[in-house]
Amino acid sequence: MAQVDTTTNAGQLLAAASGGRRRPGDRIFSNTATAAAVTILALLAGVAIFLVAEGLPAVTAAASELPGGKSLLDYVAPLAFGTVLAATFAALIAVPLAVAVALFITHIAPPRIALTLGYLVDLLAAIPSIVYGLWGIFVLGPAAVPVMRWLEEHLGFIPIFEGPASVTGRTMFVAGLVLAVMILPIVSAVAREVFSQTPRKLQEGAQALGATRWEMIRMTVLPFGRSSVISGAMLGLGRALGETMAVTIILSVSGAVSFNLISQANPSTIAANIALNFPESSGIAINLLIATGLVLFAITLVTNMGARAIIARQNRG
Amino acid sequence: MSRFRWLAVLAFASVLALGVAACGSSSDETSSGGSSSSDLSGEIAGAGSTAQQAAQEAWIAEFENANSGVTLSYDPVGSGGGRDQFIAAGVAYAGSDAALSSEEGELEKATKRCGPGELIEIPNYVSPIAIVYNLPEVEGLQLSPETLAKIFSQEITTWNDKAIAADNPGVDLPDTRITPVNRSDESGTTENFTEYLSEVVPDVWSYEVSGDWPVKGGEAASGTSGVVEAVTAGEGAIGYADASQAGELEVAKVKVGKEFAEPTAEAAAKVLEESPLDKELSQGKYVLAYELDRETESQGTYPIVLTSYAIACTRYSSASEAETVKAYLEYVISPEGQKLAAEQAGSAPLSAALTKKVTPAVEAIEAG
Repeated sequence: MAQVDTTTNAGQLLAAASGGRRRPGDRIFSNTATAAAVTILALLAGVAIFLVAEGLPAVTAAASELPGGKSLLDYVAPLAFGTVLAATFAALIAVPLAVAVALFITHIAPPRIALTLGYLVDLLAAIPSIVYGLWGIFVLGPAAVPVMRWLEEHLGFIPIFEGPASVTGRTMFVAGLVLAVMILPIVSAVAREVFSQTPRKLQEGAQALGATRWEMIRMTVLPFGRSSVISGAMLGLGRALGETMAVTIILSVSGAVSFNLISQANPSTIAANIALNFPESSGIAINLLIATGLVLFAITLVTNMGARAIIARQNRG
Repeated sequence: MSRFRWLAVLAFASVLALGVAACGSSSDETSSGGSSSSDLSGEIAGAGSTAQQAAQEAWIAEFENANSGVTLSYDPVGSGGGRDQFIAAGVAYAGSDAALSSEEGELEKATKRCGPGELIEIPNYVSPIAIVYNLPEVEGLQLSPETLAKIFSQEITTWNDKAIAADNPGVDLPDTRITPVNRSDESGTTENFTEYLSEVVPDVWSYEVSGDWPVKGGEAASGTSGVVEAVTAGEGAIGYADASQAGELEVAKVKVGKEFAEPTAEAAAKVLEESPLDKELSQGKYVLAYELDRETESQGTYPIVLTSYAIACTRYSSASEAETVKAYLEYVISPEGQKLAAEQAGSAPLSAALTKKVTPAVEAIEAG
């Protein structure tokens, strides 16, 4: 808050110095910014209109006309389930990890190591998702097979590890782990940014009162960054919901609706399903796929609105 | 942030530079190779089956090499999309893993598109589908169609099952769990494999014929390469894939009549040669839709094959279009063209007898 105040003050000072008149530079800047904002809105509206217009034939069609003879709802429900399951699992792993990494970089590591590590984490975001997918099936999947077997044997009483464990490693568990690695840099970049802005006064005050480093972090850094971490997590969740290539390559999909993370029978995700079936689809089948895209759009929208609501409540309280 | 922006600018600039370089080199080629070896010219577009993609790309490259005035393109949109575009006269020819049928009026519409000429539909791409498996220490696995169907419908779940043992006398089978691997994307390979199972062992295989794998709960992988990768990774896995892509994996022999047959190019071509025409679908002088004799007991055949068709017209309004399509399809069905596809895409070359049957259709193409 303190920062916002200083900038406003500076702005007012500047305006006063120039005699209250707007300079051409100001006008150009404000018009460009407005145009950019309008373009974003127009793009979003364009995508929404496309999804609705192209998806509508599948929404209005009778179940018997659709490929597979299932109604749109029956078709999309397992996909939506798989999408949310994969993204949630990924976020549950990635967010705590990202917060820990951000804390290490901003408050624990010596500056030189912190800089290198921060750069390396950012680099994770530069790897194309298809490479993550290949890494998933060639390296992480086979490596996870014994782990999943162990989970089945020792934690099999928990439904998510019920098994039977896949022998190829192309499971929701592995897909979720890969997604977690993919969203890690986004979440940790946001967290890092805000943790490093924690007012020094607060931190020093806490330490002056005898707080240990962990107590100082818990009492000042984490509360200060909470709303930003939530919005970072939602950004990551949004990416995981829409991630296509990596999931398409890794996941062994068979339409099953199950929380079982380690078996070969997994629900597909909306984006992966579109990628898998679009090449050989025509006519109403394409409309059906686009209608599922509309559902994904809606899920992402609801997720983001939820995040906004949480942040707004945090800031008020 | 600014570092990222610079990187983006750099990347964009290099892409631009590459694009310019590519354009430059291609225009150079055209100017230097100005005198073409034939008088064919123009642009011809085709679309359809993804199974044919590798073969079509090889044919087009060779054909354009020999006829520098011609530009050909093949868009692998999928069989259904290819048929749609052909009917709408969006493309000159199409590739399709299934013959045109009257069920949705496609055969009639395609015939109408070609009027007053005739519709051409000829098999131009035949590929055996191999059953690949991963069981160290078990070589030359033999499977009867019943056992195969039971494995893929998940009725048989371990490798030392009695049914598998009965097909492989004297072989020591492990008690490993069977992981059947299928395609997760819609494909002609799946469609042909399920068609084989439902025709040969209908009492064991109760699922419908479909390009989408009909059984739930199996391991699924995207694309032929995905299936091969999954089978390679998982001990006890078994899957189906284009024979050319099987790589180092063990390939199972499938029972045909009294013998167990391997998926060789000759055996695949032979089954098509011995198959009768589908009378219902072969409506037209040059429409050769084969009803694959999957239940064949003839020695030296392998009945799990994918047959893909080339669809075209005998008459095109422009002379250059007619000549180019004719020359291209002649090349495709020629022994050289089929040999190239066998090398590049692992297909089974059409037999001499079959080539003889389809040649009149291509020779009938004319302008008008």
